[in-house]
Amino acid sequence: MTSTQSNATRINQANRLKKRKSTWLAYGMLLPSMIILVVFTLYPIGESIYMSLFKNNMSTFVTGPVWVGLQNYVTLFTRDAVFKKAFYNNLIIAAVTIPVSIALAVAMALFANKVRRGKGIVRVSYFYPTLLPMVAVANIWLFVYTPMYGLLGYLAPTWRLLENVDTVLWALIVMLVWKQAGYVMIFYISGLQGIDQEMYEAAKIDGANAVQAFRRITWPMLRPTTIYVTIITMTNAYKLVDHLYIMTKGGPDNASNMLLFYVYQKAFDQSNTGVASAITVVLIVILLLATMVQFFTQDKRTFYA
Amino acid sequence: MTTKTAPRFRWKLSLGMTLSYIAMFLIAAVFLIPLIWMVRTAFIPNQHATNLLAIAWPTLDNFTRIWQAAPWGTYYTNTFIIVFGVLAMQFITIILAGYAFARLDFHFKNTLFILFLMQIMIAADVLILPNYKTISAMGLSNTLFGAMLPFFASAMGTFLMRQTIKTIPYELEEAAKIDGCNLPRMLLQIYVPLLVPALIAHGMIAASYQWNNFLWPLIVINSVANRPLTVGLAIFAMSYETGAQWSDVSAATFLVAAPLLVLFFLFQKRFVQSFAHSGIK
Amino acid sequence: MRKLVSLLLACLLLVGLVPFAHAQEVIELDMYFPVSVGGGPDALITALCDEFHQEYPNIKVNPVYAGSYADTRTKVLAAIQAGNTPAIALMFSIDLYQLYSMGVLYDYDSFVTDEAGQKWLNGFYDGFMQNSQLDGKTYGIPWQRSTIIMYYNKDMFREAGLDPDMPPANWAELKEYAQKLTVKDAAGNTTRYGIQVPSDKAGYAYWMLQTFTLTQDGFNIMSDDGKEVYFDDARTIKGLEFWKSLSDDGSQAPGTPKWSTTVSDFLEQKVAIMYHTTGNLTNVRKNATFDFGTSRLPADTSFGSPTGGGNFYLFKGVPEEETKAAYTFIQWMTNNPERVAQWSIDTGYVATRPEAYDTQRMKDYAAEFPSALTARDQLEFAHAEFSVYDQGAVQDILDTAIEAAMTGTKTPENAMKDAQSAADGILADYR
Repeated sequence: MTSTQSNATRINQANRLKKRKSTWLAYGMLLPSMIILVVFTLYPIGESIYMSLFKNNMSTFVTGPVWVGLQNYVTLFTRDAVFKKAFYNNLIIAAVTIPVSIALAVAMALFANKVRRGKGIVRVSYFYPTLLPMVAVANIWLFVYTPMYGLLGYLAPTWRLLENVDTVLWALIVMLVWKQAGYVMIFYISGLQGIDQEMYEAAKIDGANAVQAFRRITWPMLRPTTIYVTIITMTNAYKLVDHLYIMTKGGPDNASNMLLFYVYQKAFDQSNTGVASAITVVLIVILLLATMVQFFTQDKRTFYA
Repeated sequence: MTTKTAPRFRWKLSLGMTLSYIAMFLIAAVFLIPLIWMVRTAFIPNQHATNLLAIAWPTLDNFTRIWQAAPWGTYYTNTFIIVFGVLAMQFITIILAGYAFARLDFHFKNTLFILFLMQIMIAADVLILPNYKTISAMGLSNTLFGAMLPFFASAMGTFLMRQTIKTIPYELEEAAKIDGCNLPRMLLQIYVPLLVPALIAHGMIAASYQWNNFLWPLIVINSVANRPLTVGLAIFAMSYETGAQWSDVSAATFLVAAPLLVLFFLFQKRFVQSFAHSGIK
Repeated sequence: MRKLVSLLLACLLLVGLVPFAHAQEVIELDMYFPVSVGGGPDALITALCDEFHQEYPNIKVNPVYAGSYADTRTKVLAAIQAGNTPAIALMFSIDLYQLYSMGVLYDYDSFVTDEAGQKWLNGFYDGFMQNSQLDGKTYGIPWQRSTIIMYYNKDMFREAGLDPDMPPANWAELKEYAQKLTVKDAAGNTTRYGIQVPSDKAGYAYWMLQTFTLTQDGFNIMSDDGKEVYFDDARTIKGLEFWKSLSDDGSQAPGTPKWSTTVSDFLEQKVAIMYHTTGNLTNVRKNATFDFGTSRLPADTSFGSPTGGGNFYLFKGVPEEETKAAYTFIQWMTNNPERVAQWSIDTGYVATRPEAYDTQRMKDYAAEFPSALTARDQLEFAHAEFSVYDQGAVQDILDTAIEAAMTGTKTPENAMKDAQSAADGILADYR
């Protein structure tokens, strides 16, 4: 009895020793990555929070930043119409591009999986927008949307989609879906290939039709893919702003502005570091909240597998 | 299965299939139109650029003209340096970190794992302002190194390595240890060769990310000598605010987009697999 | 043996060093500059810098094309804040107050020591000095300067039964002609608009608004000291309402027509009249496939136009020899009437010195192409371009308000009133 106990202790001790040794080894191997992550992901979060508590713009250039507490946030949420617009625009973009991209991508994936002839060309045409720089996309679509003699101008000469507050956001959403649907499709293609074909055979024997088979087998089996893809498209909805620089500058009347582009405008066009930092903090909170909901309430295994 | 129902079933299926064929090829065509149009405008003599219905022999005039108008060679060089510089560093950092997460038991493993997750959750673009301040304070603004530094670690890549290493039998490592193989040699001689497909997959994604990256280099880089392609393109496109030079802007867009697209058309399957691979299962 | 090798190496080194010992040290200056119009001024600037380097081998100016005026401002401000202040930059003339408030500018007066220098400094058109001087000192040297002029398609004037040599001279005529020049197809869709005055933020909406206030007895939308704005003044609102009414008439495209496509709209003959910078004149001349004319802007109660464009600035906080080199370069660029005239001919920008118009090359050019003088002739009615402290923020407020009015989300009056209170909030820090 005693001997087994001391044996167990000895093994425990040995394990602990081993873990301590491997801990230092692990830290050493993680160090290069950790330095970068701490300096360029962790520290900037803290710095943004700190800088957001100061008035720091052109008027304080000579005197230096002035402590204002939470004033920047109060102004953003109560008086800043541009912030409000950008905030809602981002919500709309997320609410539309995520489901639409996913629906289109699933359809394309199902099709690309089944199609026998022309598989290559179909896959290429769906996927290539992923590889175009956003700046190039913006140039191309600017021509598409140019009124009267642009590509769309030939179909609908009266359309001035980028110059109208009611249409500009939707015109850009179409472009964003075009840009990312193929990327999303890729994950569904590999998700589909992971589904056991025998399940469909069994369903067929049970007399299920194609729609039922999709609802009962395909879609549930694709759930981990969907969770992962939702995170990707969610992040995209907040970070893809390069096109605004070329196409609209957030206009007209900020109808196409987005939070990240507003950060750029405040921070770099207007040298207003305080307000820009406050918007950055809001963005960080939104992204953390949204992804945390995905990670921790839905399915941990997506990432921990 | 009775011979009676089988043909009917097949017919129904093929009707559905036909409809979806039509729909999906239509979408494919619509997806391709912007590309076709851009390529067409890049190669058409510029007096026809805005006329959709014009037909003319393709010409390289637009390219000769824009090649003289901006230092595209410099832009290409800078983009290449950024892409390969980031890749080289990432390969080192992600193999090391991936191995630690896959094979080692250590304190605060979960905490550190979440820290890595943060990088995925908060895209680098969101932190442009504080990171620009950091890079400036380090004296690295307007340097290619400054444009690369924040990307030297990759959580995505680390997770991919960790996952792949877990699929490699541990016996290989134990056998090597018995042979007296130390850790660096073991990583290089046993793991790296087996990680090559995963590294290629990650490399393609990271390379296309860096090739297309815009906002960060726009802010960090000031001089023409250090400007990458995307920033060069944006500034070039805006120098033609007259809009009359559509063929020039299309040609420039083509220059910037073509390398990745050509690679993609050549190695289509590989690309698709790589991108699919990055989806952590 | 070893000694022999090292001796050889030493000799090689010495030989290698000799040419360098003779070479003078070259001062290199990076100069940010913007281009916002067609005609390829970026290539011209590069050529001028090369020419300068040949005359002054010990100074090399590297032009850094930084995009639009706003992008150039962004880059220079970022460089200053990062501690990489440039010695020289070609920037928007209206950035004056902002740069001044940062305390980073040299005035030119302190560099001028002799009579020749004084003559140079005093030799620019007064109209262009309005955005270049502050408290009696000169902080900006005019270079790529412009006014807004009216371009019109003479073929369309003939087609509409209008006299191609009698462009609209006042607002009423402008409104009437624009309607006559608008063409619709059988379905009632407009295929050609009578007029286009671009109103997007990516362009220069605030600048275009000034064309409708300065033509009311020269009323400007800001005070001379750059600390007050008059957005909610009745005349500003009246100007904006008139501008909007052109769209309401259907003779201007609805919404916010883009600055960047306005010239191509004109060249593609989708628009009969446009307001644009004279800096685009050479570009339009090269690419127009039809007969076009230019004229000063139609008056309400007076003629008027804002000036525009870029000045050379000198920045504090750099080694003295760099500042001197930059000063030499600026004088070289702007003091020679032939060079100033050629720049104007190549681009369409107004030559900044009257003496440039006395050169033979300019006389020949104007005789062949009378439009070259439109903007210069308008200078006597020209006023300062919109310029205040914290330019970036205030300009953004005004541009947004104009977009709101033109797209109909706010009435011109409400848009301007909101803009006034927002701008007052910012400018209060400077009063």
